[in-house]
Amino acid sequence: MSNIDLSRFHRTFFDESLEGLDAMESALLRLDIGQADAETINLIFRSAHSIKGGAGTFGFTAVAGFTHLLETLLERVRSGQRQVSQADVDLLLRSVDVTRAMLRAADGGDACDLDNVARVSAELEQALDMKPAVVAPVAARPVAAGWSIRFIPKPDIFASGNDPLRILRELDRLGDAGITCIADDLPELGAIDPERCYLSWNIALRGDCDEAAVREVFAWVEDECNLEILPLDQPVATAASVEGMEAAPPAPDAGGRVVKKPQLNVVEGGKAAAESSIRVGTEKIDALINLVGELVITQAMLQQTAESLDPVLNEKLLQGLSQLDRNTRMLQEAVMSTRMLPVEAVFSRFPRMVRDLAAKLGKQIRLETVGESTELDKGVIERIADPLTHLVRNSLDHGLETTEQRIAAGKNPTGTITLRAAHQGGHIVIQVSDDGRGLNREKILAKAAERDVPVPPNPADADVWQLIFAPGFSTAEAVTDVSGRGVGMDVVKKNVQALSGQIEITTEAGKGTTVTIRLPLTLAILDGMSVRVGDDVFIVPLNCVVESLQPQPGQVKALTSNARVVKVRNEYVPLAPLHQHFNIRADAQHAETSILVLVESEGRKVAVQVDELVGQQQVVIKSLEANYRRVHGISGATILGDGRVALILDVAELVRGYARAAAA
Amino acid sequence: MSRILAVDDSTSMRQMVSFTLKAAGYDVTEAEDGLAALNLAKTQKFSLVLADVNMPNMDGLSLVRALRGLPDYKFTPLLMLTTESTPEKKAEGKSAGATGWLVKPFNPEQLIATIQRVLS
Repeated sequence: MSNIDLSRFHRTFFDESLEGLDAMESALLRLDIGQADAETINLIFRSAHSIKGGAGTFGFTAVAGFTHLLETLLERVRSGQRQVSQADVDLLLRSVDVTRAMLRAADGGDACDLDNVARVSAELEQALDMKPAVVAPVAARPVAAGWSIRFIPKPDIFASGNDPLRILRELDRLGDAGITCIADDLPELGAIDPERCYLSWNIALRGDCDEAAVREVFAWVEDECNLEILPLDQPVATAASVEGMEAAPPAPDAGGRVVKKPQLNVVEGGKAAAESSIRVGTEKIDALINLVGELVITQAMLQQTAESLDPVLNEKLLQGLSQLDRNTRMLQEAVMSTRMLPVEAVFSRFPRMVRDLAAKLGKQIRLETVGESTELDKGVIERIADPLTHLVRNSLDHGLETTEQRIAAGKNPTGTITLRAAHQGGHIVIQVSDDGRGLNREKILAKAAERDVPVPPNPADADVWQLIFAPGFSTAEAVTDVSGRGVGMDVVKKNVQALSGQIEITTEAGKGTTVTIRLPLTLAILDGMSVRVGDDVFIVPLNCVVESLQPQPGQVKALTSNARVVKVRNEYVPLAPLHQHFNIRADAQHAETSILVLVESEGRKVAVQVDELVGQQQVVIKSLEANYRRVHGISGATILGDGRVALILDVAELVRGYARAAAA
Repeated sequence: MSRILAVDDSTSMRQMVSFTLKAAGYDVTEAEDGLAALNLAKTQKFSLVLADVNMPNMDGLSLVRALRGLPDYKFTPLLMLTTESTPEKKAEGKSAGATGWLVKPFNPEQLIATIQRVLS
């Protein structure tokens, strides 16, 4: 049976260990120094313990060795031998980092910093006050010709699930065992209690085995029997010499305490862990989502075909179709929900970051999170992490004042950063707020002038706050290594928009700043406005649509032979005639006889010229790149209810192209 | 075929134990903590239970105590998977009613040998 390849379990081991480390880290961060709660300590201990056990079993000896130190320290905390101090938490957090690095290295990632491993190991050893282990010299025992064994099981040996016959079988495997059964204590048949053991054995074991091997056979029943093991040349003890041992009361343990009544150690509130789950590759889920998308399209096609049927003649069919409609939608929601993760997955990285950066900046900062259980698409979660990190860093560095400044301003010396997530309609709203100094209008305007960032005349406050999203804008007087060089906010906005999201700022001088991000729940479905140009239908993402209008004569002006603008509420907006852009036929050639859809991206607007507004609908996004190739001005495609393909406009790209042409 | 219940909150360990024992011809059922194991054991009969010690919701020692209280498991071999080989830890397991233990880390061969000894 030596052909089991343990490497098949490595992936699972790495995944669960890294998850365990994350859990350990967040538990360490919420640990109340001085009154550490037992369940949190237990959770931390269990994580270290599991990693150690797995690492040993799967052959990662360095990880097993390191986590052994970690576990030993935690065991002392758990058993109450050691009070956890702030220094311990720091050391444990660094140990988490080291373990993580070691696991990543073992998983084929970058090599880990061995000096750091050695350093943290030494610190752990020091904390444990460990002296180099002295291995007690094992006296070389002469191996006897064999062993004479007297084995007297206690009457209740069966209650531990042990069977004396198993032990006799194992002894027989060690050598040539001559077994004599002693049945003197066997009562009459009628008086026999089948749950008690009345027999004992004398065994003469001849063979080349040491005493330890013999004792090993009895290891599980040491406390459930009286045992004598002597070299074979010495006489076997007589029954009389061990008499009386049997009468020893079985119950009290070593300390003479009364053994406690069995109690179930059921921890309440461990609901997250109790929910059973399985690990499934995301590609399987994506394939499922894709198939459900196809089903939705097929269902819509059937629905459309059925509209022309006589409702009386086809009552049953139509009933079935409406049920199919309902079930399809429910199936779609259910499948989508499998891709949903609690936003905690990204929030959980912040406590550590805030703690470390606050220490670096010498500020006192508290982080609050609200609504961590709000769920959103895994794809969105992965892509929102960086923008959020940037916003939190900004709040830490620029938003919150130093402790002295806060005291001088009569505020709580500890600044607070709040991360909030909530569902609002079909969107998720994530907010990063701080109770710091707020944005400074004059400072921003001055910086905008200095950096040549265009500013509208007499800007409203909201317009001023938007300026910080301009490329290359930074109001930090000094560049710090915490929030970098002010390259962030334009990138943050771009990232959020790439997720079809919106970002806005509210702020009050001296009270703080809140950045609000609105995101769609999933990237797989889009709320779109369908528009027609000639025979083609396009989808405009609804979150980009500002308004639609029928232009009056004279509202459209030509700048050059190619570039035209339309005047909407005293603002000139570049015109984007879709039929020219994609070189297709349109009913109306002139903007005056068409419909204009005003779309906005990155703060700039473009008027998209179309023939007709068809309606609003949710569409399942299909990748054009994966199925065809990348097309300029198109972000994807979808299949309409009648089976036709409709292209989804890439508004950001259109806006960039036409705004540039109009400016030229 | 002997039915074994393998209980461990670590997925990789559980998979390893389950895979190894299945390869050796046993019928293995998995549970991810003591509570799940106890619920399974109440409705099905297993010839041997192999349980980790440190688990959320219900630890291995509590599981062994609870199982010993069930008529069907009064004499069933209940083995603990433990990383500790200290005498105190063993005594703790024994006093809870465990039959014996298997010290982690172990390799598949040791696991099979132990189970075969108990179930032969």
